Amino acid sequence: MIKEYSSILDVSGPLLLVEGVAGAKYEELVEIYTDAGEKKRGRVLEVDQDKALVQIFEGSSGIDVQNCRVRFLGRTLHIGVSDDMLGRVFDGLGRPKDGGPDVIPEALLDINGAPINPTARDYPNEFIQTGISSIDGINTLVRGQKLPVFSGSGLPHNRVAAQIVRQSRVIGREEQFAVVFGAMGITFEEANFFIQDFTRSGALERVVLFLNLADDPAIERVSTPRVAFTVAEYLAFEKGLHILVVLSDMTNYAEALREISAARKEIPGRRGYPGYLYTDLASVYERSGRIKEKKGSITLIPILTMPEDDKTHPIPDLTGYITEGQIILSRSLYRKKVSPPVDVQQSLSRLKDKGIGKGKTREDHADLFNQLIACYARGKEAAELSVILGEAALSDLDKIYLKFAQQYEEHYISQGENENRTIEETLDLGWKLLRMVPRSEMKRVRDAYLEKYYDKE
Amino acid sequence: MRKGEITKVSGPLVVARGMRGSKMYDVVRVSEERLVGEIIGLSSDMASIQVYEDTSGIGPGEIVYMTDQPLFVELGPGLIESIYDGIQRPLDIIRDQTGDNISRGVEIPALERDKKWHFKPVVKKGDAVKSGDLIGEVKETVLVTHSIMVPHGVEGTVSAIKEGEFLVTDTVCEIKSDKKVTSLTMMQIWPVRQPRPYRERLAPSFMLSTGQRVVDMFFPIAKGGTACCPGPFGTGKTVIQHQLAKWAEAEIIVYIGCGERGNEMTDVLMEFPELKDPRSGEPLMKRTVLIANTSNMPVAAREASVYTGITIAEYFRDMGYSVAVMADSTSRWAEAMREISGRLEEMPGEEGYPAYLSAKVSSFYERAGRVKAVGTPEREGALSVIGAVSPPGGDLSDPVVQATLRVVKVFWSLEDRLAYQRHFPAISWLNSYSLYIDDIAEHVNKDIAKDFTDISKEAMKLLEQEAELQEIVRLIGVDALSPEDRLILEGARSIREDFLHQNAFHEIDTYASLTKQYNMLSICLRYYHQAQEALARGVAFSDIVGMEVREKIARMKYQPESDMEKITSLNDEIDTAFKTLMSSGIQQEQAGEDADVREGIDTESEKQARSAT
Repeated sequence: MIKEYSSILDVSGPLLLVEGVAGAKYEELVEIYTDAGEKKRGRVLEVDQDKALVQIFEGSSGIDVQNCRVRFLGRTLHIGVSDDMLGRVFDGLGRPKDGGPDVIPEALLDINGAPINPTARDYPNEFIQTGISSIDGINTLVRGQKLPVFSGSGLPHNRVAAQIVRQSRVIGREEQFAVVFGAMGITFEEANFFIQDFTRSGALERVVLFLNLADDPAIERVSTPRVAFTVAEYLAFEKGLHILVVLSDMTNYAEALREISAARKEIPGRRGYPGYLYTDLASVYERSGRIKEKKGSITLIPILTMPEDDKTHPIPDLTGYITEGQIILSRSLYRKKVSPPVDVQQSLSRLKDKGIGKGKTREDHADLFNQLIACYARGKEAAELSVILGEAALSDLDKIYLKFAQQYEEHYISQGENENRTIEETLDLGWKLLRMVPRSEMKRVRDAYLEKYYDKE
Repeated sequence: MRKGEITKVSGPLVVARGMRGSKMYDVVRVSEERLVGEIIGLSSDMASIQVYEDTSGIGPGEIVYMTDQPLFVELGPGLIESIYDGIQRPLDIIRDQTGDNISRGVEIPALERDKKWHFKPVVKKGDAVKSGDLIGEVKETVLVTHSIMVPHGVEGTVSAIKEGEFLVTDTVCEIKSDKKVTSLTMMQIWPVRQPRPYRERLAPSFMLSTGQRVVDMFFPIAKGGTACCPGPFGTGKTVIQHQLAKWAEAEIIVYIGCGERGNEMTDVLMEFPELKDPRSGEPLMKRTVLIANTSNMPVAAREASVYTGITIAEYFRDMGYSVAVMADSTSRWAEAMREISGRLEEMPGEEGYPAYLSAKVSSFYERAGRVKAVGTPEREGALSVIGAVSPPGGDLSDPVVQATLRVVKVFWSLEDRLAYQRHFPAISWLNSYSLYIDDIAEHVNKDIAKDFTDISKEAMKLLEQEAELQEIVRLIGVDALSPEDRLILEGARSIREDFLHQNAFHEIDTYASLTKQYNMLSICLRYYHQAQEALARGVAFSDIVGMEVREKIARMKYQPESDMEKITSLNDEIDTAFKTLMSSGIQQEQAGEDADVREGIDTESEKQARSAT
């Protein structure tokens, strides 16, 4: 039985306190009708006897204490899912935004999902070719991985993400990824960039977009990634599609969470973010992965802008503790016009070891990338030294390394936005660059591979 | 069954009234969904309950069922090779029953009820037994013989005992005392928050070898000791925990995945049945119990998971086994406490953590130790605890790190600086410490080599000297150093690269026995000593650094344990190489050396050394 109440006791920020409520449930979905006839939605954050604390997704403007009516719907927030959602645009709570008809749901699912049983997980180990050398060669992405892009304001993270989405495929199987895109608090221009890019590459009919833009209600953002994942889970594990979930920007998501926490007067953790930020982020990120005996998979690429490029800020920090590595964009590389400006030293893919090698990429991949990283690190050190002491003070070998590092940035890391390199091209390019360095320096490569690849030319 | 009524729901915290008569830490069942919860606060007839499952859809007015029992674990045959969630529900069976996602209110017994075990008595009718005494044995896996002990509080004469195939719930033995006859099964229960008793606590004096060179040689942990490894993300905390779970010289491993990644548990589940224990040659899974409460599973169960794990470990300790518990990560456990404390509106201590954080952390680690178990025959067991800590931003002033450091005796400091250089394990040799070195010295020196601790101390001194010299190098350049000092840099570099650096993913390098470690380090030092002597006799520094034998030293780590003589034979090779060098090298020195070569090599070694500090 659905009941309506007009007994609002208190409104503060995005929160509403209703009293005299019978039988309200935790996480229950709520509809609020304002005097002007507007309908807002919310969910119950806490019930204490007959008082219910409601979080309003659309914000509390237009709500007054006397005339508003609150209706408790007796169910948690569910979303109707269907594979017809591909190619459509929705708002942050999953309502159509493209003027199209409502989706006829094939299933009604709770947006909070249920945790995957660890024994049901299958280990991600299928190589995804993104066509970007700095990712494929050094920080390899695999199917079912969660690999965030750590960026800063003004860095081209959207272009990098769009390129990954456009070019990603699994070698040998030409099936493309379907994309679930969740936008949280990004600007119209940024969202438009993605839509244009999907349209241009003809990918739009494989994309489900959930848009909560900068001027949309901030509190709604807390649900956007969950809605996106609910659809992704349905498409991946029920319909057998390989899904790439792109969430942008997680920083805005965390800020919305902080806003609610502050309104509830909770004891803040670091930088005012709630103490449960880790758990909350994990409940989003951990929904990606692979499940045994299921055809589909969910690969997650969340994008977040690090305030002041600070990696120890709570959002990137906690994200790094949950995700399986990170792609860090570097401002200094960006200034050098290296595109995509991936900081290969600080970036890391924890799952690469299981996704590369014979039968996946190529036998020499592991040795090659170790050697490349080692040489690049040495070259960067030489560069630092030459800043202090001048290039003349470098030994001949260091001069070679310095040159190597420059070439490596210019040719290996940097590539065109539309350049889609196969893994062979990436690996061969690595060897081509390594040939600048004397063979005796190849300490991390097995002799057999040196003979086969280094000596090839 | 007595019932209460819910009045408040706030995330994992539920408040109920009508709960008079229940006790702290009693387990309750919340709502008709029968979610598992535990009472963590009482005030008149109101009880605060932390619920171990998702509470959405629960509201005031629903019923709370009291069980009048504390949270307990089932102990008996069937524990090994299991994977449990935070409150000891078997995840593999949950999956068979409810599918790939974990649903709520599942009630499955921890120990398989329809599996038969062969019970072999070790006492006979008429024997007098008391708590903790062994009454029989079950061969649980090839590696583990499960001792069936008389539960605590039971005493009397054996009136019946039989050998045969039994279920864990079948009566295998009857014990008669003055008042009554107690039927014993192979299973007993124990409340998780209460440490299991022991007869006597012993000082830790044996090393728990881990096969990890930096750990065993420089910062060893004792059997029955405690260690922690804090570090920022990406420094390999989990890899170290996995390595220890794989190679530590313990008979039983309890691995607690507390609030960490789901795929990491999958990795363990897939890898452990494949990997062989270096001592027995049997799959590692045959000695492992897994507790998995991943980050997206309910937060309150995370709080319980470490207690569940350590209670199981204590049970095996009481059988006389050496048990190691890995808890990854204790920060997530502390965060769960913080979340519950915040919801209880308790006055917070540092960073929002509850004021009792440090008390909880220390009482957890204090459950480790080497003990004499209760009962006969006399048994000596050890329980070692290794906790990972994930401080925000790698900041060691974090309250969880500080609370942990106050109790643990071994500190492995993981540093991102080393991780960026791909120096793994990224354990800093300057900041880490172990307080067990003197306790275990006697036994290692007797069992492995009499100068085991001596070479360890010498190598550490070299590394410390290197750090001091680096300060000078940074200010005025390597040219200002004397050749002797440069040799120190070289010697330290060799220890860092040829000894400390260990590749966890290399099939041979992943594990090194103590003998191999000893041999490797003594080779590194032998080279250094010989070099010192050669230098004193006037051999050019560049010739010493450029010796070919160094490549063989660098490859020692990839020699399998079975080819130990390939490492030990290096002793002679070094001697010979230096002899040749000294006879020819001195002449070369007089003939004048190739300055360019020398300069090139010097800068190279200097820079590598610098990059490591």
